[in-house]
Amino acid sequence: MWAIYKRELRSYFVTPIGYVFAGVFLAVSGSLFAYTVLLRADTSSMSLYFVMLLFVFAILIPLLTMKLFADERRTKSEQLLMTAPVSLTSMVLAKYLAALTVFAAVLAVNSFNFYLLYLYGEPSAAYLFANILGLFLIGAAFIAVGLLISALTESQLIAAIGSMGLIMVILVAGLLSDNIPVEWVRVVIKWFSITDRYSPFLSSILDLSAVVYFISFAAVFLFLTVRVYEKRRWS
Amino acid sequence: MIEICDVYKRFGDKEAVKGISFHVDEGEIMGFLGPNGAGKTTTLNILTGYLSATSGTCRIDGVDILEHPVEAKKLIGFLPEQPPLYTDMTVREYLSFVYELKKCSVPKDRHLKEICEVVKISDVFDRRIRNLSKGYRQRVGIAQALVGNPKVLVFDEPTVGLDPKQIIEIRNLIRVLGKQHTVILSTHILPEVQAVCDRIVVINKGEIVANERTQDLVNAVDGSRRLVAKIVGPEQEVLKALKALPGVKFAEVLGRRDTDSVSYMIESEDKIDVRKPLFGMLSRAGWPLIGLEGMEINLEDIFIRLVEKNKEAKKTQKRVRRVGEA
Repeated sequence: MWAIYKRELRSYFVTPIGYVFAGVFLAVSGSLFAYTVLLRADTSSMSLYFVMLLFVFAILIPLLTMKLFADERRTKSEQLLMTAPVSLTSMVLAKYLAALTVFAAVLAVNSFNFYLLYLYGEPSAAYLFANILGLFLIGAAFIAVGLLISALTESQLIAAIGSMGLIMVILVAGLLSDNIPVEWVRVVIKWFSITDRYSPFLSSILDLSAVVYFISFAAVFLFLTVRVYEKRRWS
Repeated sequence: MIEICDVYKRFGDKEAVKGISFHVDEGEIMGFLGPNGAGKTTTLNILTGYLSATSGTCRIDGVDILEHPVEAKKLIGFLPEQPPLYTDMTVREYLSFVYELKKCSVPKDRHLKEICEVVKISDVFDRRIRNLSKGYRQRVGIAQALVGNPKVLVFDEPTVGLDPKQIIEIRNLIRVLGKQHTVILSTHILPEVQAVCDRIVVINKGEIVANERTQDLVNAVDGSRRLVAKIVGPEQEVLKALKALPGVKFAEVLGRRDTDSVSYMIESEDKIDVRKPLFGMLSRAGWPLIGLEGMEINLEDIFIRLVEKNKEAKKTQKRVRRVGEA
């Protein structure tokens, strides 16, 4: 499993994808931070920054996940992995962890933005910590979504656009859920809504049920990815 | 060493493999012969655990590939039809990755060095796979299969797309490897299995049509010999004389390619060499023989014969059954 993890991690940085992801994410995130927080000199608008970041995730995380399975399937190198003495679960987990590592590293670098706040005032460390953790968990969930979509196709482009679409739908459905007239639909969507689950973090609350929710969300998509591979073996 | 028992594989409503069974003994090089689309690759993919059979079992050294996939896969080195390479890595990085992937325990540097020497890729050890020629990539693919020194090697059409010199090199390599490993070699080229394999399993449309020692199979289908002779002389008279020659079963005019000579196809009776009497007859008649060659028996011929033989066998079985029922 660690062999696959190491290879994937390395391949992010011998191909341009890792640099593109890190560069674009830091640039966009930095600009948004300047626009919403620094230029307004108003920490209450931090929440706007964090919510906007979720949409940046929706666009950029598919970059990290698109090639994980789609490319191996196209070049048939997956035959090596699937005939090696490695279980499907550890193969999926290794690829997931590699993408998660790159994401976490970039998120950590991005946190230097918050250092600027200390030059001007006393931001609440609890608030920052809760939000960084929340962003990490949501990113972890989105990477699992991207991983599943990548396992469904041979084309990186379709994998990228498909995961962007699905992540956007998940985000937007949460935002729109208040306006749904049918009650049970509203309740169900609100329960699943990523944005609703994220709101406690915006109030500096470390909501354990939300943490469990995001972890299970990722676990379900990882499980489905394993199932996709198992099914392909049988059909 | 390898036991395949009654394996079926269905893709949707298409049955790609219909009840295949065979076994390969330790140290044997088995040729897996069949036309394109016969189910060779599917069978090998099932054997190596890439696909699962719809029904039936595959055992490697007694370990079932479905029940204990990790243990069984440790015993196999597999070169698929398209070598599974990561082109952004160097050969060194790639083989080290495979080494870790297969969780090998032999000392790494020495092991990889030995493999590179056997498959002759030491000189490209630090080059990116992307920049290697097709022959080298194929060899890196073979090297990958050798990592961890598995007991069983499975090669799926290892010589497709190589130039003649490379083909000979790869065949020699496989012969060398066969001394220490049990090998399955799939191909649709008859001379390849004749050159390398101890035993041949022939598959057609998902069914086994022959499973014999190489020499037996070649003899069985090569029983009546065919010759092509180029003779200068009056066409009809020569043909008549050829047909009258003792030991000749059948003769016909193949065609006239240049102005004075005509090509004839001569089929002799089983186990009779008509070349000497043919030469004697022609020299007595004063018709110069300007060319004589054996007609190569090709895979298509083998199939037609084997498949027909199978059909007949089935018919007889049915007839016997019908008689039995009556």
